[in-house]
Amino acid sequence: MNEIIEVGRLNKRFGTVAALRDVTFTVAKSELTVIIGPSGGGKSTLLRCLNGLETFDSGRVRIGNITLEQHNSPQARDLKANLRQLRKEVGMVFQAFNLFPHFTVLENAVKAPMIVKGLSRKKAEEWAYELLAKVGLENRAHYYPSQLSGGQQQRAAIARALAMSPQVMLYDEPTSALDPSLVGEVLQIMRKLDDEGMTQLVVSHEMRFAREAGDKIIFLDDGEIVEYGPPEQLFTSPRNERTRQFLHNYFQ
Amino acid sequence: MKRNLLVLVISLLSLLRVPVARAGTVDLRWGGDAEGGAPYVFPDPSNPQHIIGFEVDLANALGQELNRRTVFVQNQWDGLIPGLERGDYDIVLNGLEITDDRKREINFTIPYYATTEQLSVRKTDHSIHSLADLKGKIVGTLKFSLAERVLERQRGIHVRTYDGQINAYEDLANGRLDAVLMDWPIALYYSKPDPKLKFTGGPISHIEYGIGVRKNDPALLKQLNGALSDLIRSGDLKNIYEKWGLWNSETATLFAQVDANPQEYENYTRSVTRKLTWQERLKQYASYLPLLLGKGAPMTLLISILGMTLAVTFGLMLALTNLYGPLVPAGAARAFIEVMRGTPLLIQLYLIFYGLPSAGMRLSPLVAAIVGLGLNYAAYEAENYRGAIQAIPRGQMEAALSLGMTRAQALRSVILPQAIRLAIPPVTNDFISLFKDSSIVSVITMVELTKVYGELASTYYDYIGIGLLTAAIYFLLGLPFVRLARWAEAKMTFDKAASAPLRRRWFGVGAKPAAG
Repeated sequence: MNEIIEVGRLNKRFGTVAALRDVTFTVAKSELTVIIGPSGGGKSTLLRCLNGLETFDSGRVRIGNITLEQHNSPQARDLKANLRQLRKEVGMVFQAFNLFPHFTVLENAVKAPMIVKGLSRKKAEEWAYELLAKVGLENRAHYYPSQLSGGQQQRAAIARALAMSPQVMLYDEPTSALDPSLVGEVLQIMRKLDDEGMTQLVVSHEMRFAREAGDKIIFLDDGEIVEYGPPEQLFTSPRNERTRQFLHNYFQ
Repeated sequence: MKRNLLVLVISLLSLLRVPVARAGTVDLRWGGDAEGGAPYVFPDPSNPQHIIGFEVDLANALGQELNRRTVFVQNQWDGLIPGLERGDYDIVLNGLEITDDRKREINFTIPYYATTEQLSVRKTDHSIHSLADLKGKIVGTLKFSLAERVLERQRGIHVRTYDGQINAYEDLANGRLDAVLMDWPIALYYSKPDPKLKFTGGPISHIEYGIGVRKNDPALLKQLNGALSDLIRSGDLKNIYEKWGLWNSETATLFAQVDANPQEYENYTRSVTRKLTWQERLKQYASYLPLLLGKGAPMTLLISILGMTLAVTFGLMLALTNLYGPLVPAGAARAFIEVMRGTPLLIQLYLIFYGLPSAGMRLSPLVAAIVGLGLNYAAYEAENYRGAIQAIPRGQMEAALSLGMTRAQALRSVILPQAIRLAIPPVTNDFISLFKDSSIVSVITMVELTKVYGELASTYYDYIGIGLLTAAIYFLLGLPFVRLARWAEAKMTFDKAASAPLRRRWFGVGAKPAAG
């Protein structure tokens, strides 16, 4: 099974507004996929549906061998169990970092493995130090989030998500809240993880990053996938007028 | 200006009143507590607007003797003497026992009635026949009464004091008390008619009631003594007592003595007028400390700490049920919070203490006090927690869930630790408040700091000095908890940069500046 993420005919409404319409795509193992598109186009909603922070009205989501189907089913209890299984396989990185402010960087990274996976503190810390080294924060392990820069906080958040050893990493605009000078260090980590074979799905406005590092680009507008393909094709010769317009506005 | 106007208005009013009052006389204002009950001064059961009692009859008889109209002034019984000294009325006539303590503060007329203390027990009880049999028993009586002192003097008795005789006899009937000791007239009216109770043993102690008069009013004292002597000699006073069923051998003996040598009593009541020097005052204050610190303060601390422990734990359960529980329990939690916050603590305590026994649940005073305060404050703590939990950004819960935690795990390790820190200042506030509110439990017979204060103050009629002393004790006892809360808050502060000044003050070093 090479396709590790499979999304089929996903629909989601907020009241009368259709946030997602028949969204269908797959992501192959080790691929880095970047979702681009205008604000309000459904990018974040899509990502949040993939780890159950948002329910959806119809369709299905499969990650690895765990499947979520339309949420309001009578098997709500099964779904809850499924949801937790799924979340263990999916790491999530938020625009606002959402680090736990009352824990040090190290505690942020060991808490979930200890609570959810039952790892011993010793094992969890060894693993956390390895990850902190990977994101360049090994000497910030005992700092509190409020003592770190934005870029450092986001790197810590990535380490925290990686600590659960997920199969897939989701990023919801991970650099949007950062000072421009700090964006690079976060993108650097994502490239590094890509090199190591991590499957990643990134909602981003960093077009240069998307073009250079992305294996696939999804252009999402008005809740539907307008265009989907490798970056060279999507950036140099977009087939759809809406894509062309978006990129034109963007690079103007 | 204003004052002159006031004087003018008052003199105009008194002019208006002259035709109503008997010519050339001033009203005789007498203080009493109609809540005290039969047979002294009490609302007429057939016409509650109207007060009756043997002391009402006595007051009227005195008024006739002195040719003055009598006016009744209501006051709390334990405030009768302070009220007299404030000038709210001219005399106190309400079962006031003549005691040495009181004679230091006011003058007493010759006694107008003599009686004894009477023990009551349940009809089924055959073990109690005298004071000596009360060792190890729980005995009820009225607050600040002579009977209370009689019981205190006897070692090994668990004394429970009440505001009203009804509650005491009720608790005797339902088994919370083993015996009740009260003035014979009260027992006659409240215990004797109760088929579940009976008198036991002979007369205990000796009580004489006198009329209280201000020390600076010797003329009135003389007039009253003359009038009383006349009423005794004429047999009018005996008639009053016979009418109320109160004529007894003690009073008969007393009246014989009055006839023989009334001068004795006048001398007796005029004694002890000496004022205390400031050294003696200071010594007296020092002598209060063992009672305040040894008896009152530990009880206040015990009730407050256990009450607050109940409040913070049960409050947390309420808040979590309200926020995350299924529909019906959440609604029940909300209703509990609203009702407990919206109704008076005093009434809740009464219901727990006096109401629950009829439902077959009889809590000891201490447990009732802790449960009452704890449940009441739990409602407030629940709202403190709710506010704090809701102040934590939603992203925290989402981040925890996305790491695979269950909602409960996320609450325990992510949300609550942050929320509790936010809740510390309002919860500390409530603890201080509860600490002081705990004085209310004296209504269910608990003797804590404020009750000890009340007892001392009413014994020595020194509400200000002892009041300041008690307030200082409250303040000093509360301080360590305030400090503890501040320490906990600083300890739990993770936003080191924002709280640097606080941190520096506590630990001597500021936060290390962040790199980058």
